[in-house]
Amino acid sequence: MSPWQFFVGHRAEILEATVAHLTLVLLAMAIAIAIALPLGMFIVRRPALRNIALGVASVFQTIPSLALFGFLIPIPFIGGIGRRTAIVALVLYALLPILRNTYVGLSGIDPGVLQAAEAMGMTQSQILWRVRLPLALPVILAGIRTATVITIGVATIAAAIGAGGLGTFIFRGVAMVSDAVILAGAIPAALLAILADVLLARLERHLKVA
Amino acid sequence: MRGARAKYDGLSRTTRVSIEMNAKSASPPEATILFRQVTYSVNGNASRPIIDCISLEIHCGETLVLLGRSGSGKTTLLKLINSLLSPQSGQVLVQGRSTSEWDAIRLRRGIGYVIQEGGLFPHFTVAQNIALVPTLEKWEAARIAKRVEELLTLVGLDPREFAARHPHELSGGQRQRVGVARALAADPPILLMDEPFGALDPVTRAELQHEFSNLARRLGKTIVFVTHDLREALLLASRIVLLQSGHIVACGTPQEFLQIDHPEVKAFAASLGAFTNGAARDTVPGAPV
Repeated sequence: MSPWQFFVGHRAEILEATVAHLTLVLLAMAIAIAIALPLGMFIVRRPALRNIALGVASVFQTIPSLALFGFLIPIPFIGGIGRRTAIVALVLYALLPILRNTYVGLSGIDPGVLQAAEAMGMTQSQILWRVRLPLALPVILAGIRTATVITIGVATIAAAIGAGGLGTFIFRGVAMVSDAVILAGAIPAALLAILADVLLARLERHLKVA
Repeated sequence: MRGARAKYDGLSRTTRVSIEMNAKSASPPEATILFRQVTYSVNGNASRPIIDCISLEIHCGETLVLLGRSGSGKTTLLKLINSLLSPQSGQVLVQGRSTSEWDAIRLRRGIGYVIQEGGLFPHFTVAQNIALVPTLEKWEAARIAKRVEELLTLVGLDPREFAARHPHELSGGQRQRVGVARALAADPPILLMDEPFGALDPVTRAELQHEFSNLARRLGKTIVFVTHDLREALLLASRIVLLQSGHIVACGTPQEFLQIDHPEVKAFAASLGAFTNGAARDTVPGAPV
């Protein structure tokens, strides 16, 4: 059976898996941003905490993804078989790029600009919301883009612990030794990653001033 | 005058000279900014203070130039005025109130601040940059727009051409003009300038210096201007204060300054000579003839 025939024959199933995959990614990214962005803002002026936070996030990145899914299964509340565990693992992977870029973006602002802001009588929260964050936004967004592309890829492995998504086809295809079935998972996943990359890159350019 | 007497005793010899000169005028000018035995050091390192027990009166409407080498403490002295830094001991009084009693935000909104390269917000347009303090002070939009136009014209930029640009679309000199306009936006009585023309090419710098010297005369603001360039000091100052390792070592009008007998004054005068082949006295405005 050619890949094309398999695609046409299973298009409803592939679409369903793509939606499930995207849901996994979006949920994980939302949670990762909700954690990493405030944390990044918090560690900017706390060097001791910064090293710990970036260190821990880096360690998560070094754990092979399949192993991480495996490690999480026996952990109560967050572990087990299924989507919840997969999302936890994906969040752990997405943390580092967002956290690091938030920190780099916020700390890389021209000190003259910040000094002028303070000297003109802006409060610390005005400086954060009107100067620091807008100026750091393109860098933060670059981190979110990296994390999204990584998460789309890693999410295919989540099928190994029963989280569904496009990985289902890949694992099935490997078991059946069928390229057609593997490609039914791999091609939509790759397209999703490319699409996310292009769209977020465009947004990033749009926000960059100088 | 009793309070003034106490201040007087804390001042260095050269500062006294200038105060006596000022006292001769009909009404003594009021001090807008007053340093009372101010000491400042980094992280409380008292053995090497950056500012070492400085007393200084800055009068309403004068352009006081703080002159000194890098590391002499001139920028630190400037930052003590708008409470970007706080003295370890002594007091800085702005309009009669100690900076420690002022609400720092209120104090700073009443003091214009211009730094090298302008410190403009890269994500704001020229108009938004100039409108910063009026916006923070919640002026009406129409009043802000009118003020921005006024100020752009004042600093020699056509509002129609420049209001909507971003700082990266300006030359260094234009950025600096916008920086001055932004500092003047809410019409503060005091203007602090930290080597504002330092990063410009010599031709643009000279242009801006001359324009600014005219502007300063017209505005009648109290201006504290930091520079390491004696030529600039002689051009702009109504009074020059020379700093060396956190001390005031000389103080005088541009006319008096070059005649002060102090090694650091001589060193600065020599730097002037080195650039102009000894012709400095003929070409520098305000230099004694």
